Amino acid sequence: MKRIGLILVILCGAVLLYATKDFPAWGDPASPASTHLSPHYIQHALEETEVSNLVTAVLADYRGYDTMFETVVIFAAGLACFLLLRTFAARRKEGWYVRHIPTGVVIHFQRRPSIPESRVFERLDTQWVPHDLIIKTISRILIPFIQLFSLYVVAHGDFSPGGGFQGGVMFGATLVLMAISFDLRTALSKVGEKFLALLAASGVIVYGGIGVLCMLLGGEFLDYSELARILPVHAEEARALGMIGVEIGVGMAVTAVMAIIYVNIASAGRHDEGL
Amino acid sequence: MHWQIDLFILALIIVCALAAINVRDLLGAAILFGAYSFLMCLLWAVMGAVDVAFTEASVGAGVSTVFFVAAVFQTTRRSKD
Repeated sequence: MKRIGLILVILCGAVLLYATKDFPAWGDPASPASTHLSPHYIQHALEETEVSNLVTAVLADYRGYDTMFETVVIFAAGLACFLLLRTFAARRKEGWYVRHIPTGVVIHFQRRPSIPESRVFERLDTQWVPHDLIIKTISRILIPFIQLFSLYVVAHGDFSPGGGFQGGVMFGATLVLMAISFDLRTALSKVGEKFLALLAASGVIVYGGIGVLCMLLGGEFLDYSELARILPVHAEEARALGMIGVEIGVGMAVTAVMAIIYVNIASAGRHDEGL
Repeated sequence: MHWQIDLFILALIIVCALAAINVRDLLGAAILFGAYSFLMCLLWAVMGAVDVAFTEASVGAGVSTVFFVAAVFQTTRRSKD
């Protein structure tokens, strides 16, 4: 089986290498891409969209469809993780551990205990690692700053490197950091499963909704310049604002999907304990 | 000076990629893959593709490594082949 796989990989690689012969040479100034599209983007993007970061202008405006379906792909990945891994089976062969805090006695339950978490009783993970005060404190200090920076990255994608994807991943990473430095239940009590699912779906809806709004205003799908009819700005500025809008949608979807994937993988779909 | 940096990073990338395939410990493979992504990010930054470098640093080196580690934590550290 391994040998067949190796042969298949080598064959595919050979076909791909053979196909690259038809590409224009690397950096060829006479290739179609550098004679028609690139010069237009480079020379006109700033005046057409009022966005100084060319990459954002190309990704979110000129190729808006592409980015929209990238967001849908991310959403589908989160959905697949949820559908494949999430389980509601109540029975656990390891049982449940609850600690009585005043005495420090740990009780092992075969069935799910009906003791609510309080100042007297706390749930323990099966593979319990003592909480480290330094790690917890540092994370508690760092998380708000990372989240602020990720919001800055989303909002400032028009002018500097970054955008919805990067900012969303960073925001999702802070949720993962919270789940690792405290435990999974702490993170899930801050952002619930329903909230994450709604956030992921509404991120995609924000992106598609802006596109549909442009259609309702009489333009084409994702033609942000039509937003100038309802916003007190001219058409070029409306394109910049439309881009910020879709970046926020992308950021929401990516944040939620990162958290959904992590929680489902780390807890094997049980959402009660993990990593 | 530019091409020396490129060459050095490229050599390290190939070493990391081969090591990530060949190492038998899956946790080690996940970490090596993170190192590979980070070096890729450096290469993108040297080439001037800052947006791509940013994405590679956050997605490739950051979050996907955590996903791999979480998957290893739930399954097994030992590779079957």
